[in-house]
Amino acid sequence: MKALVAVKRVIDYNVKIRVKPDHSDVDLTNVKMAMNPFCEIAVEEAVRLKEKGVATEIVAVTIGPKAAQEQLRTALALGADRAIHVETDERVESLGAAKALAKLVEQEQPGLVILGKQAIDSDNNQTGQMLAALTGLPQGTFASAVNVEGDKVQVTREVDGGLQTVELTLPAIVTTDLRLNEPRYAKLPDIMKAKKKPLSVTTPAELGISDASRVKLLKVEPPAERQGGIKVGSVDELVDKLKNEAKVL
Amino acid sequence: MSILVLAEHHDGALAGATAHVVAAAQAIGGDIDVLVAGEGVGAVAEAAAKLDGVSRVRVADSAAYAHLLAEPTAALVAELAGDYSHVLAAASTTGKNVLPRVAALKDVAQISEIIAVESPDTFKRPIYAGNAIATVQSEDALKVITVRATGFDAVAEGGSAGIEAVDFVADNAQSTFVKEELAQSDRPELGAAKVVISGGRGMGNGENFKLLDGIADKLGAAIGASRAAVDAGFVPNDMQVGQTGKIVAPELYIAVGISGAIQHLAGMKDSKVIVAINKDEEAPIFQVADYGLVADLFEALPELEKEVG
Repeated sequence: MKALVAVKRVIDYNVKIRVKPDHSDVDLTNVKMAMNPFCEIAVEEAVRLKEKGVATEIVAVTIGPKAAQEQLRTALALGADRAIHVETDERVESLGAAKALAKLVEQEQPGLVILGKQAIDSDNNQTGQMLAALTGLPQGTFASAVNVEGDKVQVTREVDGGLQTVELTLPAIVTTDLRLNEPRYAKLPDIMKAKKKPLSVTTPAELGISDASRVKLLKVEPPAERQGGIKVGSVDELVDKLKNEAKVL
Repeated sequence: MSILVLAEHHDGALAGATAHVVAAAQAIGGDIDVLVAGEGVGAVAEAAAKLDGVSRVRVADSAAYAHLLAEPTAALVAELAGDYSHVLAAASTTGKNVLPRVAALKDVAQISEIIAVESPDTFKRPIYAGNAIATVQSEDALKVITVRATGFDAVAEGGSAGIEAVDFVADNAQSTFVKEELAQSDRPELGAAKVVISGGRGMGNGENFKLLDGIADKLGAAIGASRAAVDAGFVPNDMQVGQTGKIVAPELYIAVGISGAIQHLAGMKDSKVIVAINKDEEAPIFQVADYGLVADLFEALPELEKEVG
């Protein structure tokens, strides 16, 4: 079975973001970029499926600017066999990304597509579900366990209040939650080998889809700053303040 | 304009989040229908009919919609969506699972986790884990939106909307429900509680979370945890408050032994009053706390339990 894994280049999760002074967007100039953490988990899961003999080939895909090939090389170093770059400099929305991925699913015919549940830049949490709709495939979102058995996959999902397990027919779309696995680090020899693995480049136009925006970004602002309060000296004083000043007890 | 709200329900009861989503629908303006999908959901429909501002409750009661699996539920919502300008659901794991699928079936964008309505096509939503707030405008005729419940005050109950059955039954040969393991608790759910008390890595181990029980009992509080406490294995994942867990905004939030990582603050910084108890006076949590107490939590908690309630 072939596994297709989608990865996204985003701001490194350790970087504190800055909003541009003109409030047009977040300032990404000279900011460290990395693979979206949920996508790292997706790559790791695919690699584990290959190690278990369930997946036979792993194809990593990204949609984004030229520089996003760095993240594909990371995926290749972690164990993907080949990569596809859908190159565009436009701001890609979830629906556009899902349409591009749907075309690649049609071409590649994977048994399983694994994506991160959300990217930590736009926090949309949409692409996997949209891809499932466009391809007419079942979805197992927010996965904390993935077990392929024969022509089915059982996905344990992190839902409000606990866990839910569903069984899906293959091919299927899975999106990863944080506790699915702990991604490994790429080893230096694998990083060197990854440079020689095949990476093909296409464009939204070649795939026959439009990446035109449907949602206008009007403004980006920093959130309202919360004012720090006071320090109290004792539990007594705390309870007194909560009762008589804040009036929440 | 006309708005369809997908109701959220658990164990045969309407979930509190739905009243917040109806409030968001009121902010958009127009006729508001609530869709109750599920199996054996008569009581849910009756509860939804009582929400202020709802003109009609549509009920799709069928085994096909048991557990609200994404494939049949999205097919149902997409089938009905033609009658509406907006489709809304809570930004819960159910809403987030179903609504993007609906949007793609209708070939429109989806707008996630709105916290404010600027106009019927323009909304505010947090991005970058709440470190920036984006104002976005949808150019689609049909707007498919998930709503962060804490951004809108729940509507009251006093309505008496009519209830109508929906006949459409979606085919689904692709997904089946296997099992559910839900945490059993007599406490209020985290997202709806008026008081939340959360423990962090400073609690030391899972056993020490019992120190929070007595206070939570007296205050009617839900108990949460930071990601550090969850990752350390002290408590289960569904107790996690933060960007990657539950987003809460109670009247009173008490953070105990929590340093205040950005990821945690994103989940609770909209709480009305924040109390922090931490022995490290440099902990970033104090920068957002209304009342900070620098103290050893093992001494402060028993004392607090004695003095409250």
